[in-house]
Amino acid sequence: MLLRADKLGRSVPGKVLVTEATFEVRKAEILAIVGPSGSGKSSLLRLLNRLDEPTEGNVYLDEVDYRQIAPRELRRRVGMVMQRPYLFAGTVLDNLRFGPRQRGEDLSLEAVEELLAGVGLSGFASRDVSNLSGGEAQRVSFARALANTPEVLLLDEPTSALDDDAKREVEALIQRIGHEQGVACVLVTHDAAQAARLAERVLVLESGRIVRIGLAAEVLRA
Amino acid sequence: MLKAIFHGQLQLGLAQAAAAALAALTVVILAGRRGIHLEKDLAIAMVRGLAQIVAVGSILLLLLKAPSWTSIFLLSAMIVAAGATSAKRAKGMPGAFEVSTWAIGGGAGLMIAIMTLLGVIDTPITALVPIGSMMIANAMNTNGLALNRFRSDVLAHVGEIETALALGADGKTSVAPYVQVSFEASLIPAIDSLRSLGIVWIPGLMAGMLLSGARPIYAAIYQFVLLAMIFASSGLTSLVSTLLIRSRVMTPADQLILRPGQ
Repeated sequence: MLLRADKLGRSVPGKVLVTEATFEVRKAEILAIVGPSGSGKSSLLRLLNRLDEPTEGNVYLDEVDYRQIAPRELRRRVGMVMQRPYLFAGTVLDNLRFGPRQRGEDLSLEAVEELLAGVGLSGFASRDVSNLSGGEAQRVSFARALANTPEVLLLDEPTSALDDDAKREVEALIQRIGHEQGVACVLVTHDAAQAARLAERVLVLESGRIVRIGLAAEVLRA
Repeated sequence: MLKAIFHGQLQLGLAQAAAAALAALTVVILAGRRGIHLEKDLAIAMVRGLAQIVAVGSILLLLLKAPSWTSIFLLSAMIVAAGATSAKRAKGMPGAFEVSTWAIGGGAGLMIAIMTLLGVIDTPITALVPIGSMMIANAMNTNGLALNRFRSDVLAHVGEIETALALGADGKTSVAPYVQVSFEASLIPAIDSLRSLGIVWIPGLMAGMLLSGARPIYAAIYQFVLLAMIFASSGLTSLVSTLLIRSRVMTPADQLILRPGQ
């Protein structure tokens, strides 16, 4: 297994956000985290790349305690796409080069074009991000995360702010990333139908606790 | 008109203070009608300001013949008080008091020391303390503006900052755009003061120098000197505070501490 959460949890004063979360993410799989609003889905996701600090339990990346990995390296290996794309001002090229630049690497134009082709945006490198549609912007944010060559990609409701057409495009993209490129994806979604369409396995969260986990067909039928 | 009614200097001063306070109160009432409530802040600030300036005036009176080195204690106390005051403009920001005090001490304090050693500021306590206090007060305002702007910009851009972190940026890089904007914005009043010197306003120090018999051209040049020193100390303060505060909003694992509702 690639990523393993062991009794993972986080509490803030007066509130338990996530507790006793034990699960694993396998190579090249899409794992969906579903649950009602406020059940702790996004809180759990944020613990997996240490954007928030767990107050209980641990996470292992390739069986290495993730506190032993420098946070910047951890976040390169465990990438994230947010609900909104949050593109930085400038061109699509600037955005794709952001991650590698943090390590002193310069992404070649060929690599940029390849990444853009992968998200269906060939020829967009010189576009100003302010001129992109919602769906295009979200696909750029996927390409930007992939520019870091992550082993796991955390997806926090990446289609919730998109219209139906853009949503279908991004779903197809997630399947390509997970199944063709072999990047494990952890998808947070409030949409059980989307989880069924995309994920092999589903984890159901309620009040911060995992109540079910297993094959999508079995879990979602229950 | 007040001079015709009040003959004693103290009574006249209090009457003048009441008239000025009434003008400020009118503005607060007008603001209150538009839903902007400054009543409590202003009332406390005015009472505190009057009490403090009268207290310092009294201390200066006592210290008129004290050796110059006693200024160090007065100015140091002012720096700490300035740090506490401007830290209140950065609610929820960890270490705001320490950052403000170090920044004002490092900015205004250092600049006062250098200018005094160069002979730009005279050493008698009656010159050093009032000029030093002007530099500290302006540094305090600049620092408050910088921290307040930084705080609101960070809170308004949590998504962008965490996106940068999630892409492998370190904490300092993630908040760098907001450090720069805060620094620039905090210096606008100091730059405008310098730019409008002599056209929009003639500060009190120049009038005081003229009244005490200084040559007008020297009084004018010294006014520029004072504002340039104020700009230098404010700029250095803002630079130090924005550099220090950027690491205070992140944990050692580059997790953003300052978030809405926390």
